[in-house]
Amino acid sequence: MPESVFGQEGESLFRYDRINALVAVVIFSFAILLFTKWAKEGKPLFLRKIPGLEAIEEAVGRATEMGRPVLFIPGIAELDEIDTIAGISILGRVAQITAQYETPLYVPVRYPLVLAAGQEVVEQAYIKAGKPELYDEDIVRYVAGEQFSFTATVNGYMMRVRPATNIYMGAFFAESLLLAETGNAAGSIQIAGTARPEQLPFFIAACDYTLMGEELYAASAYLSHEPIMMGGLKGQDFMKILIIILIIIGIVLVLFDSAETYLSWFEEN
Amino acid sequence: MRTTLPLAVAFITGVVFVITFFLNEESAIVGGISKQLLDWLIIIGGFTLLLGVVSILRVSWQSVERRKEDWIYKLITILSVLVMAIPGLLPESWSSLFGRQEGSIYDWLFLNLQAPMMATMFATLAFYIASAAYRAFRARTAEATILLVTATLVMLWRVPMGEAFLNLFSEEIPGLINRYIMGGVNLAVQRGIIIGAALGAAAMSLRIILGIERTYMGKS
Repeated sequence: MPESVFGQEGESLFRYDRINALVAVVIFSFAILLFTKWAKEGKPLFLRKIPGLEAIEEAVGRATEMGRPVLFIPGIAELDEIDTIAGISILGRVAQITAQYETPLYVPVRYPLVLAAGQEVVEQAYIKAGKPELYDEDIVRYVAGEQFSFTATVNGYMMRVRPATNIYMGAFFAESLLLAETGNAAGSIQIAGTARPEQLPFFIAACDYTLMGEELYAASAYLSHEPIMMGGLKGQDFMKILIIILIIIGIVLVLFDSAETYLSWFEEN
Repeated sequence: MRTTLPLAVAFITGVVFVITFFLNEESAIVGGISKQLLDWLIIIGGFTLLLGVVSILRVSWQSVERRKEDWIYKLITILSVLVMAIPGLLPESWSSLFGRQEGSIYDWLFLNLQAPMMATMFATLAFYIASAAYRAFRARTAEATILLVTATLVMLWRVPMGEAFLNLFSEEIPGLINRYIMGGVNLAVQRGIIIGAALGAAAMSLRIILGIERTYMGKS
């Protein structure tokens, strides 16, 4: 591999080998701030529909009609994972809908920190929905710290209680299919979202709707319908277009065998 | 204050982590700060374990007390928590059965009960894969048919017997499957999802650092 044009890390305070990442961060931040500003000013921003998110309210409505609970799992990772934070953000929106419809909600978690954050978010959602009296601390429950103990507990719940709607949003690993197939067998409508590409096929096979990759992170902004949040999504789209252009330039340069310097700009050192 | 303080903490820690990424950890004071912050996270995580234990015991005890449906399982849960935790927390100096070393009660329970149960749970995955694959691969549509054909080829390539079968036709087939299906179509799609997810994660992180995204605190 050719050596990066930015050179190797030396004794200096600044890591010159990461200038490429810094440039990307600056452009990305600028794009997000710019689109957020435009959104604040009221410029219309088009966002494509995400069927999985559109289906959430309908799925909670189904649970209400059937008189059965909604099961929400914010992944099985710790709170320091961005996937879990995304899951917790979506939980807030879902809890607001279940509070409005007075539908029981059950949120099993694997880590105590997620428990604390989940309880806070659900409580705020019930207050916001004007139904604080319906909030119960045990809506969000710590069930087990081990991956498969957690899975066994949740699967047991699904088969005994048969929730009408199962929502999986966050980081999932080997248990993804165990959960989703059990939910399918229990006859629940299922909506999943994860950024782990290796777990996506399992969710796609077993769930009714699946949010793929970036859609998980976009969900809280999408569900909020707040222009300021949607500005961030448009900034993301701008970066994607930029990356596509850079990939096309790279392909052309590789075809003409003159991509050595260009490729070194994107190397991780 | 209830909102401002967490937002300030999120902003400061976020900025510190971003800055340290671009600085040499050995020579930067900020590098030491980021390490300190990670240590704090571990310590806070350890303390919050108590929250989890209290939650599981309270919910289970309520079911036992009110004799709710399946209360007997809740009782087993409570007993399991106590039987695992108490001998594990007692000092080894009192007895070789205490603590978590080899030969202790905790170790015996973990190796002979918990580990086999978790392994069993994991092993059932094979059956779940079979039922999910059956549903996904039903050739009802053109997309499902393509999925079925591709999956069959990949499965043949992955298992020795299948590879031997493919070799009957041409020894190049396994290599072609590897190159074009796994290293071509599959990898391209995976990279697309990974790039999108990375951008999404970065955008969300930025929204959190700047205080635009507050939904994780229950605020809008």
